[in-house]
Amino acid sequence: MSRLAHGGLIDRSRPLAFKFAGKSYAGYAGDTLASALIANDVKIVGRSFKYHRPRGIMTAGSEEPNALVALRSGARHEPNTRATMVELFDGLEAFGQNAFPSLGFDAMAVNQLLSRFIGAGFYYKTFMWPKAFWELLYEPVVRNSAGIGIAGAEPDPDHYEKVTAYCDVLVIGAGAAGLTAALTAARAGARVIIADEDHLPGGRLNSENVVIGGHDGAQYAKAAIAELSSLPKVRVLTRTTVFGIYDDTYAAVERVGDHLAVPEAFKPRQKLWRIIPKRTILAAGAISQPIVFPGNDRPGVMLAQGLQTYINRYAVTPGQHVAFFASNDAAWTVAFEAAKAGIDVAAIIDPRPEIRADLAAEAKVRGLRTLLGAVVEQAHGSTLKAISVRGSQGTERIAVDALAVSGGHSPNIQLACHHRGRPDWNEVKGALLVSEPPPGMAIAGAAAGHFAISACVASGVETGTKAAVDCGYSVAKAPVLACSGHSADGSAFFHVKTQKGFAFVDLQTDVTVKDINIAVREGFRSVEHLKRYTALGMGADQGKLSNLNGLAILAEKTGRTIQDTGTTIYRPPYTSVSFGALVGHHRGKDFRPTRLTPTHFWAKKLGAKFTETGAWLRAQYFPKPGEIDWLQTVQREVKAVRSSAGMIDVSTFGKIDLQGPDVGQFLDRVYVNTFSTLPVGKARYGVMLREDGMVMDDGTTARLSDAQWVMTTTTVNAVKVFSHLEYCLQVLWPDLDVRMASISEQWAQIALAGPNARKILQKIADEPGRVENAALPVMGATQTSVMGGIKARIFRLSFSGELGYEVAVPARYGEKLAEALVAAGEQFGITPYGTEALAMMRIEKGHVSGPELNGQTTVTDIGLGKMASKKKDYIGRTLAERPGLVDENRLGFVGIMPVNKKNVVRAGIHLLPLGAPATVENDLGYISSATQSATLGHAVGVGFLKGGPKRIGERLRAFDPLRGGDFEVEICSPHFYDPQGDRVRV
Amino acid sequence: MLIDCPYCGARDSHEFTYRGDATGTRPDPAAENAGEAFHDYVYLRDNPAGDHLGWWYHGAGCRQWLKVSRNTLTHAINAVRLARDEVKS
Amino acid sequence: MLPHMRYSVFKVLRDGLTSNRHLQPAWRDAVPKPHYDIVIVGGGGHGMATAYYLAKVHGLTNIAVVEKGWIGGGNAGRNTTIIRSNYLLAANEPFYEWSMKLWEGLEQELNYNVMVSQSGIINLIHSDAQRDAYVRRGNAMILNGAGAKLLSREDVREHLPFLDFDNGRFPIKGGLQQPRAGTARHDAVVWGYARAASALGVDIIQNCEVVDFLFQDGRIAGVKTTRGDIKADKTALAVAGNTSRLTSKLGFRLPIESYVLQAFISEGLKPFIHGAFTFGAGHFYCSQSDKGELVFGGDIDGYNSYAQRGNLPVVEDVFEGGAALIPFLPRLRYLRQWAGICDMSMDGSPIMCVGPVPGLYLNAAWNYGGFKATPASGWCFAHTIARDEAHPLNKNFRIDRFRTGHLIDEKGVGAQPNLH
Repeated sequence: MSRLAHGGLIDRSRPLAFKFAGKSYAGYAGDTLASALIANDVKIVGRSFKYHRPRGIMTAGSEEPNALVALRSGARHEPNTRATMVELFDGLEAFGQNAFPSLGFDAMAVNQLLSRFIGAGFYYKTFMWPKAFWELLYEPVVRNSAGIGIAGAEPDPDHYEKVTAYCDVLVIGAGAAGLTAALTAARAGARVIIADEDHLPGGRLNSENVVIGGHDGAQYAKAAIAELSSLPKVRVLTRTTVFGIYDDTYAAVERVGDHLAVPEAFKPRQKLWRIIPKRTILAAGAISQPIVFPGNDRPGVMLAQGLQTYINRYAVTPGQHVAFFASNDAAWTVAFEAAKAGIDVAAIIDPRPEIRADLAAEAKVRGLRTLLGAVVEQAHGSTLKAISVRGSQGTERIAVDALAVSGGHSPNIQLACHHRGRPDWNEVKGALLVSEPPPGMAIAGAAAGHFAISACVASGVETGTKAAVDCGYSVAKAPVLACSGHSADGSAFFHVKTQKGFAFVDLQTDVTVKDINIAVREGFRSVEHLKRYTALGMGADQGKLSNLNGLAILAEKTGRTIQDTGTTIYRPPYTSVSFGALVGHHRGKDFRPTRLTPTHFWAKKLGAKFTETGAWLRAQYFPKPGEIDWLQTVQREVKAVRSSAGMIDVSTFGKIDLQGPDVGQFLDRVYVNTFSTLPVGKARYGVMLREDGMVMDDGTTARLSDAQWVMTTTTVNAVKVFSHLEYCLQVLWPDLDVRMASISEQWAQIALAGPNARKILQKIADEPGRVENAALPVMGATQTSVMGGIKARIFRLSFSGELGYEVAVPARYGEKLAEALVAAGEQFGITPYGTEALAMMRIEKGHVSGPELNGQTTVTDIGLGKMASKKKDYIGRTLAERPGLVDENRLGFVGIMPVNKKNVVRAGIHLLPLGAPATVENDLGYISSATQSATLGHAVGVGFLKGGPKRIGERLRAFDPLRGGDFEVEICSPHFYDPQGDRVRV
Repeated sequence: MLIDCPYCGARDSHEFTYRGDATGTRPDPAAENAGEAFHDYVYLRDNPAGDHLGWWYHGAGCRQWLKVSRNTLTHAINAVRLARDEVKS
Repeated sequence: MLPHMRYSVFKVLRDGLTSNRHLQPAWRDAVPKPHYDIVIVGGGGHGMATAYYLAKVHGLTNIAVVEKGWIGGGNAGRNTTIIRSNYLLAANEPFYEWSMKLWEGLEQELNYNVMVSQSGIINLIHSDAQRDAYVRRGNAMILNGAGAKLLSREDVREHLPFLDFDNGRFPIKGGLQQPRAGTARHDAVVWGYARAASALGVDIIQNCEVVDFLFQDGRIAGVKTTRGDIKADKTALAVAGNTSRLTSKLGFRLPIESYVLQAFISEGLKPFIHGAFTFGAGHFYCSQSDKGELVFGGDIDGYNSYAQRGNLPVVEDVFEGGAALIPFLPRLRYLRQWAGICDMSMDGSPIMCVGPVPGLYLNAAWNYGGFKATPASGWCFAHTIARDEAHPLNKNFRIDRFRTGHLIDEKGVGAQPNLH
């Protein structure tokens, strides 16, 4: 066991059992999976991406590049999970990744022997011969070695939520700087949100031995959080990572239930927070920088900061004999803490030739060996067994089982660069720092390069004060908190120059110094080229531990400074985020809203099959027992309409109420035809264009009174047309006195059609005389009442080609209307029909619909050119006159019939000259809509053909290779049924 | 991205739909060069990298068309006005 | 290309055994000369391919490609790597099909493995109306020799068994597949063309931003750059989203607006998706890279932008689309995102032409689909520049089509670029 006998913020009274790679272990409440694995002497937790080298635990934070495990199993399986971020829970189960057959022995480790050939870019130079072999042979091999974790296969059973929150001040990070900033702003009365990725706020205060205002760091953090939580305008979000900064909005994910085996009942697994603050303080701290040297990836090599956390917070040690390799004083402090905890400190190796006297003295007192001006030249052992140290006295080998490294501190500035700001290299601090963060953001603490505790606290107070003042609060001057902690001195140290072995720059993507050499020699000298050629910084740790070292080595090899070499772009997310958090409840059936018609449940009772029409569910057809397929049903429905009566809910059409003295004039400007002359009590069919001359939509508009009109639009274009009309009114012609409102949801509308339609309607109309032929002729509109006093609008319109009415009642009476019509029509065999029958009848009539109004057609193309007024301007008129839009070779609207009536014309078929080869040059047009007509007894279609109606009578080749069709068709008028329209007038 | 709607206050951009450039005015269809003028109006854009005027529709709010001055490099919004006010003034 | 520079297994072995001491730069990092026959502005895929084909096919080698940053740093380096020729309109499809044919031989042509992987693309179908529209397009693809297959729901299940076939808001009813479509390694395409062009004598000049144009006798006579004036008989623009910024210096406006398109990848996963697929009822398309990451895209952010960064609503929209199709997606994580500037045109189709100013050649308006067009764009633009007339494959990509009404509007949404 590597658990220390004393100390730590763990609860030794609550042991927890867990399994890793099939073996059972025990840890304590307060452990992470990583600390519990260390406590159990588990050294190898994963295998690397390319060379399958054994890897251990490198850090104690979200920057962990190595310890990626598969967490949980079954539907909650979660690949690539950082062991350092997993809070231990009882029964936890995790597995190693990217290893076959096991973590201890991985066959693919043979890749290491090939390393001299498979360096950066090797695949661009190989695998090209023979040509066909890339897909057949090479790529499958490359692909099978890709990736690390395995995606699950079962639907995720957990829930996710999204929240939007506003505040004055958002504080990111609850370490010393974040806590003091939040306290300062909150005490002034500001609305504060403070978010920290850890479950235990405090940041490094929980890992380091510091004193703030007389309190031990962890105690200070606890008290600060207690005070913040007690303030009504403050929200403390733990287990919450702010991962992206967008315009005005900060995105954060709260891991509500990830620390439990299963999220609590009625609680989500994770929550997306969209936070809109007035001011933000980035206090995300800094992490230890690794040092590049051969064997720096051996299990047992760990960052000094991580080691400190494991010793002080978790009371575990990754080794019994620990050496330190660091270029800063903070790491010396860790060495002393390790010694104090009873761990054998084998040596402190520091490349700096001199060290502060007090540190040297303490090392001496503790009897620690120190090697100044020295470097670790190599780490040995498949798990760390020894290191070779090169100093002024030559090279020696020191037996150790753990090595703590630190080449300096890297401030966590990523979020400050999400608006594409670039950090600058600060030689004094040895760090990349941001001078121009996004609007409203200030940076505090170690993230701003303040590595000493007193400076952290001071910057927290300063930024907290400024943020509160900016938000209009006044801040009382508070006494300065006395702080003490370790020395923050040091210099950045990146890389031990040597020719030996694998020196990893990026442990995630297995990029070595050798790869950078190759890239530089081959001309990939831009930092972005380096990244793309070698995959540096592209792993799951986002390059947090690799980018700076890579950059420094590139700068050195190309003779530039770090500043001139520049960085790659920092983008969201700061750490990888579950897709689920960003998806929220929008999954499965709830992906998008479902709109139901007013008669939906009535139709459902009748056994209707439904179909998707945009967001709507509409009745598609109403099968009866014994019918063998949908076609039989639909043909029955159509025959019923044509012979007697049928009804369909058409409430999904867009309905717009227009009022005001200028509506007529307005409609004249948006429709191609004239409406201002329309008498009260009449409706007219209209076509409207876009300004580019193409058809936008069609529908009827009725005049209910002198100054009230009601327009219908197609179902799919309802929203588009409405916003277009608003645009015309508000932007183009604000002088017109017109007011409009969408009434699509307010009115249920049922189309009643068939020779017996009037008789049925009269049975439910309160004033049957109002719907007599003379009182309500074709295209008539009337306001009346039905079913005993329910107000109704009745329009004499027909899409089916039969005598037809559309009856509109307030939406809440929609179902009642349907039932009343069925009852009234029973003696006539009234038949509810769906969208399939609707489509069949409109194709028989040659009416255009969605497939014809596809945004590529002009009013002439769809055969309605004569409707367009020559006497007035309207939207789209001018550009519709362009040569390309009036070209007689454009595709024009025609009907299509199979010559052999057994052949079935279908939408999507292309039309070619008879006997001509099937090439694009011979492509004359296509069928846009088709149906197996019940009325005609064979299939018919409508479509678009080069030359249009001029070709009526010609025979062409219907070409449908996709579905295997190839037969002769005859071009005809699209009006297959009752072309004179006599049946609607009866 | 928040748009400060003069009617509703600051709302997230997802409540709005963007139509496009707001610098042009619909040409006189009776003018001699109407064809060319409409071509320019409908198709040609300054497409500036910097301050840009655009039409936004607050469809999930007050249904007002807004003229928004926004910087296309920084996404900073400089001004938001109601289309009706803008066109009349 | 000198024999010792050719890439092969033997070269890799030799370089490995000699500790990579003999490696050569893949392309020469050239210093600008005062004059070239042709200067191409923009060192992305299209610019590099144009230079390569000018040299290879037309024998013109006194050419400079000037790039304001590093080559491949624009949309060539920030796309979702899909290549396909599944267009509907006769003005488009032959061009994209030629591009597909060039992709199919590109590795051998360039002696560079750009990892063209023809694992297919499937456009999912969710309604009968959508199937009709896709059938029309699929038949058009077959007429153009591009190939297409109509898949039933069960066929789709065989290709993409992990999709949600049972509980989806918009049930999957089938798919239109182009089996020859696939992906290519985007950065490598630029590097491969650059290396091959450089070997033929083309000067590739990085960190050289064009700030204005040179004029002589009413013609454009080259460019002013941050590295001095470069004279040229012909000046060709291939700068995608930044086209308007350059042409504004010439005082004319284009039918183009620039928008941000975001793309996303997941953490690396063992391969389970072969080929790309698109959601027909939401904004989502997906493939899996050779590194194991899922590569996602969706809709553009809906407003003019040069910021090269997007906003959260589109991120959520894309992932919702993904989870609607892949029911275990919520448990996976997204790792990186990026954003490119798309030169969206008023009909959603490209512009490639001589002029509109003497001495200038324009290649722009690739919308969000420029990557797949790279080889044919280079091929046709080289022809257009060398011969001073459009190649038959780009004859429809005229800039005056908006004036004449010969629009190429695949989606039929008109002069609103953010809807294309």
